[in-house]
This record gives sequence, C-alpha cells and structure tokens, in this order.
Amino acid sequence: MVDEKILFTAGHTACAGCGQSLAARLVIDASGRNTIVVTNTGCLEVFSTGYPYSSWKVPFIHSLFENAAAVASGIESALKYLRKKDSVNVIAQAGDGGFADIGFQAFSGLWERGHDVLTICYDNEAYMNTGVQRSGLTPLGSETTTSPSGTRSYGNITHKKNIVDIALAHNCVYVATASIHLPIDLQNKVKKANKLKGAKFLHIFAPCPLGWRYDPSLSIEVAKMAVETGFWPIVEYENGVLINVRKIKELKPIEEYLKLQGRFQHLFSSETGKQVIEQLKQIVENNIKKYNLIET
Amino acid sequence: MKQFLEGAVAIARTVALCRPGVISAYPITPQTHIVEELSSLIANGELNAEFVNVESEHSAASCVLGAVATGVRAYSSTSSQGLLLMAEVLFNIAGMRLPVVMCCVNRAVSAPLNIWNDQQDIMTVRDAGIILLFAETIQEACDLHIQAFKIAEHKEVMLPVIVNIDGYILSHGYEPVELPLQETVDKFLPPYNPAYKLDVDNPVTLGPLSGPEYYLETRYAIQQTMNNEVIKIISQVAKEFTDLFGRESYGLVESYKLDDAETVFVAMGSICGVIKEVVDELRDKGEKVGVVRIISYRPFPNETLVKLVASTKKIIVIEKAISLGSNGPLFTEISSLLYTTHNNKNKPLISGYICGLGGRDVTKEEIVSIYEESKTQSPTAKFINVKQENLGSVI
Repeated sequence: MVDEKILFTAGHTACAGCGQSLAARLVIDASGRNTIVVTNTGCLEVFSTGYPYSSWKVPFIHSLFENAAAVASGIESALKYLRKKDSVNVIAQAGDGGFADIGFQAFSGLWERGHDVLTICYDNEAYMNTGVQRSGLTPLGSETTTSPSGTRSYGNITHKKNIVDIALAHNCVYVATASIHLPIDLQNKVKKANKLKGAKFLHIFAPCPLGWRYDPSLSIEVAKMAVETGFWPIVEYENGVLINVRKIKELKPIEEYLKLQGRFQHLFSSETGKQVIEQLKQIVENNIKKYNLIET
Repeated sequence: MKQFLEGAVAIARTVALCRPGVISAYPITPQTHIVEELSSLIANGELNAEFVNVESEHSAASCVLGAVATGVRAYSSTSSQGLLLMAEVLFNIAGMRLPVVMCCVNRAVSAPLNIWNDQQDIMTVRDAGIILLFAETIQEACDLHIQAFKIAEHKEVMLPVIVNIDGYILSHGYEPVELPLQETVDKFLPPYNPAYKLDVDNPVTLGPLSGPEYYLETRYAIQQTMNNEVIKIISQVAKEFTDLFGRESYGLVESYKLDDAETVFVAMGSICGVIKEVVDELRDKGEKVGVVRIISYRPFPNETLVKLVASTKKIIVIEKAISLGSNGPLFTEISSLLYTTHNNKNKPLISGYICGLGGRDVTKEEIVSIYEESKTQSPTAKFINVKQENLGSVI
C-alpha cells in the first residue's frame, strides 16, 4: 500500500540508517505535491531513481553532478514564463560535494540572481556515493578514503567551509540549518522557506552510518549529539537577520559526539589527534559565542 | 523586404520570431552579439521571454535544459571554450531527448588563445547525439534556426540541434537578409508541446540512473532516430520551409554544378562560397568540377552522398578542423563512407586539406592550387598555407 500523503516512497535502495533519505522524505512531504525537485548526482539520486523505478511522486529531474542549481534556474524561469511560478515550489538539492564543491558556482549563481528556489544541502560531510572521499564540508580531523589517518596524517587537514555565511553574503531571503533528529523543525523550515519569494537555503545535517562508521541504529543519536555538543548549530535567518537559534540546555563535551563515530577514533590515540580535538573544541566555542547557543 | 543586417542581429531577430520562452547564455566572443540583440528585444518588449544571465556556459546549457524539460522552448548560443565547457551538459541534453536549439558561432580552441574562426570547437561534441547543421550564409543561418526548432521538437526526433555559423564571417558580416513575417513563422512552427515534461499534475522522473540492462538501448534509440527519422525529417522540413517561405532550403546537402562533374569539392560552412566561385571560374575554363556542401554533419547524409558522387573520379575535402593525430573529421567521414558502402567499380580518389585554422584567410588562389595539385596527388590531411618561418625551433 502506498500512502497518498507520502511523496517519497519506500522501496528505494538507500543504506539502513541513511540520514539523507530521511531528510529528503521530510523535505518533500513538507513541500507538498506542487513541487518540482532537481537533484544533483549523488547518493540520493542513485538510490531513489534506479530505472525503471522511482521513489518520487512529484516531478523530479536529475541532470548532472554540478548543475542542479542551473537546471532549477531554467525551470523557475520557464514557470515564470508560463505564469505558474506562484503555484509551484522548486527545490534544487545536492549532497555536500555536489553543493559546496563541484556545484557551488551554480548555487552561487542561483542565489545571486535571486531565483525563487529552495536550495538544500544534505550534508554528510564527504563524497559517500563514490566511497567516502573528503569534500569541502568534511570537518577537520575526519578520516575519509582520501584523507586517511596515518603516521604522517591526522585525517582531513582543512576546516569545513561555512556555507551558511556564504549564503548570507548572497542576500538569500532565507537561510537556515536543520537536522534529521528535529523533523518538525526541519519541516517547518521547508514550509516557511517555500512561502518566501527568492533564493532560500536550508543546510541539513544528514549522518551517514557507512561513511562515518557507526551502527545504523544510531543515526538520530549521532545527529542529536552534533547539535547538543554545539558542533552543528540550529539557526534561522530571514532577510539576513538571525531570527531563531536552538538553545542548548546542557552542553555535552565534543568527545561524546566524536567517540560515536569510527571516522574520528584515530584522534584519541595520538598527541596530534588530541591537538585536533582541541581545535574542534575551539569551533564549538566559536559557535557558542556567535549564536549565543547556551540557554541561560 | 530585405534588410542589411549583421549576421548575429539577423539570427537573434529570427530566433525571436520562433518565440522562445527562456534564453540563457554566457558571454563569449564571437557569439555575444546574438544574445545582446535578444536581451535588447526583451528589454524593449519586442520579445516575451525570460533572459537568464548565468555564471558560466555550463549553467547556460543546464538552464535551457531545465526550461525545455518544463515544456518551454529555450535557446542558447556559444563558441569555442564555451562549447567545450558545455560539452558535458550537451551529451546530457541529447541523452534526455530534450529539443534544445543552440547556435555555435564556430571559433578556434585554445591554446594558444585565438578568438577567430575555424570549426574545431563543434567537432568535440560531434558524438553527443546532437543534430549539427552548418550554414553557408547569414540568410541560411536564419533559415536553419527556424527549421532547427521544428526538427528538434518533432515528436519522432526529440533531440537537440546546434546551428553552426562561422565566427566573424557570418556572425559579424553584413548581408541583405530577408526576415520572415511573424505569421509565417507561426504557421510553420507550432508551439512546443512535448509528450512528457515536469508538471505537478502529471509527475514524471527525468534523468534516472540506468544500469547495464537499459543504457545500451538509449544509445541504440538515438542512433536509430538519427539515421532514420532525422534524415527524413530534415529533408521534409526543408521542403516545407521552401514551399512556405518561398526561399530554397537544401536539407541535408546542397549540390552545386554536379552534373558531369569528375572532381567534387566537399566542404561545410561559409568557405563553400569561395569554393563555388572557384568552381564557376574552373567551369568557364572547361573543367568538370562541382561542390557538395554538407549542411547536416550529424546525422551524416550517407545515402544522399553516395548517390551524389556515384560517378565522381576525385573528391577533394576542404575543412577547417583537424583531429590531431589523424585526419580532418570530414575527410575521415567521407573516406569511411565510400570505403564501406560505395560501389567498388567506382571508388573515387579522396584528398583531404586542412585550412583556415584560427582565422587564417583562405583565398580563391589556394583553392585553385588545391584543385591543380589534386590532379596528381591525394594527400589525406595536408595543411595549406603553412608558413615555414613560423615554425622556428624551440631554443
């Protein structure tokens, strides 16, 4: 039986515990039937559209790894030409590599031109579809297949690119972060973004059990810990103004988040690794200050 | 009434008559005048379309892909490096069977950086599944644009078309051009109404993943469409065009003074004008020469060509492109065609000449000397007008 209210159906081939499949379903169910979805190449497209099957009960298009934003710009322009834009939502979505690396120029173009499109980055912090290679959104110290730890390496040597601030610098009308363990918040943000005219950006934390090396039953727990350690702030901006921050009642130490995942284990066994953990703590400190994260 | 117009302006005004709903492009010389004129038509309310100023050619091609997938006619144009940046998207557009129409204002490919004309750029995407047409004159460039939409959007075709025009020669040159009336174009070109599109009332998934069990048939289907339907429909559309607009359009190829011709030049684009003049002069001297001008390079008009050169003794291919390490692409095409399908009793000798790369002028005298040389030689990829003094050794 297919539930008519569900627009992203079961039967796709995502891994057990996939954060992205859960997030994608929450997004499209919140956005509703009158939505056209454009998706870059990546896990989501691969596990949901293996011909002759499709999980999408809304119009869906995948073209290439880096062009969802440009394809969406064309769709939005076509809808404007047809005078149908007001009744149809357009979503352009990608994983972190497809969004913040290879597809970033196109997303920047879409934001700058102010197309009436909700852009979404499902962030699992590496190129999972090709086998867990590092991306521009892989955090410092994380082990991936192209940033392995070793006698001369502590894992990924770069900091995660801050695409929330970059989106704000484009004057997007709506910029927010979300996480799969806060489904109502996530869906409310999708609904709110769709109501606003212009370029919108939603950055969703989407843990990947395969790439992050944790038990698939822990996806929600991992997401929750990222937020409760101050590592992934849940924030919301409208027209450049910070309007909402999810406050942390009891800040947990970053180690509790890191220890859940295989990709950070090496940090605990070397002096360099411990220094990296100190740097990750600094990121948390910065987040706390920047967003006033702690409930007082 | 004929107007004296720059090629790019004439093309832009013709495209406007085809009523595209979305136009997207990125600036690159010598294509820019086309989209500048289109922007201006939109700015002055003479064309109702969305113009999307994208941040790269990759996005320009992706933008028109999205628009056509939504059921709206769309147009773009580019040149050289821009086409190369689009290449990935162009293969995708063809694979998705989306009837995008574009103009490639043919220009040399870097390095070294060179903004002048040759036809090396388009050869990089000849295998993509795009219908490739070549214009000789500005008038023909306009006429082919109108036909391009009709061919691309034909329900038995559903493939992109690129109209190729020689950079500067046709884009910046001026010529008296007859622009058709809007009502005539409307009669010829019905609104785009695809069988499938992105529509919230009838959701479809476009661009899925396809494994080994399905992919091969997608390529087979394009090959079948190209070699059967497109070959037929290009000729049919050209005939309809000729009948309705009262100006001859040749379809797949134009044959020029082929009766009794023993030697036949084969070429594409504006250089054919020069070759035809040479042929006229040679004919005046009693030489039996003619020209086959390839208009449709993809699909390649195999059957038509074989018939046209059935009694030819010598074929001279002159082209502005080279597959480095092999021969000119057109030479390879013709020799492979005649080797595999031509009647063995008449196998003409074929010479291949490469000229005009990076905008080097090609003169009538050079064409004449190629003709004279062909009486005794059959080179495969001979560069003409190579300046030995430019080939200094590297210190």
